[in-house]
Amino acid sequence: MKINVLAFGVAKEIFGSSSVSLELTNDATIYNLKYLLEQQYPRLKQLASYMVAVNNEYALPGDTIHERDEIAIIPPVSGG
Amino acid sequence: MNNVQIILSGESLDIGACVSWIMSPESGGIDIFIGTVRNATKGKAVLKLDFEAYEPMAISEMEKIAQQAFNQWPVQKVLIHHRTGTLQVGEVPVIIAVSAAHRDAAFETCRYIIDTLKQTVPIWKKEAFEDGEVWVAAHP
Repeated sequence: MKINVLAFGVAKEIFGSSSVSLELTNDATIYNLKYLLEQQYPRLKQLASYMVAVNNEYALPGDTIHERDEIAIIPPVSGG
Repeated sequence: MNNVQIILSGESLDIGACVSWIMSPESGGIDIFIGTVRNATKGKAVLKLDFEAYEPMAISEMEKIAQQAFNQWPVQKVLIHHRTGTLQVGEVPVIIAVSAAHRDAAFETCRYIIDTLKQTVPIWKKEAFEDGEVWVAAHP
């Protein structure tokens, strides 16, 4: 399945874009997604940490991704 | 809920409007935290800050924090306003306001909200210095 990944903050600079498109297997997890992204964008591994959000909620590494989910990369937040 | 007001805005935040909204006849006190843009970080002059938000998730995370506040303390109203866009030194990126019958709950809740917001709400700031720009907290 093809998914679209939104990027914010420093992740947007690492991707060079506010979103990237990826091909994932149908039962892919957050862990699989992070692995693939880190292969393509090694600078992600230099971040202090980063989370993935699915449909506006923080996701866990084992969560499964579904087609049409809204996926976002959440680098360390710094609001306030 | 009419006891919660959450706003993410590209326009200047209105401190007076926040005070008016949070006050109520049932309250014995209100607590307000106003964040301001500081002119330096670790001794380096800051020229401006740029705030970016993942807007729908930022709103939903702020709503969760407000709900957690009501679950933990006897407070009456909770207000969270946050800016997006470019802010100059002295401008206000965030206002937290809480009203309660007694001051302990108001103080504790206000602190809880700003501390939690800084940990969980998907908002990012980039500091602009004379020699370049840095996303805050991005790198170890």
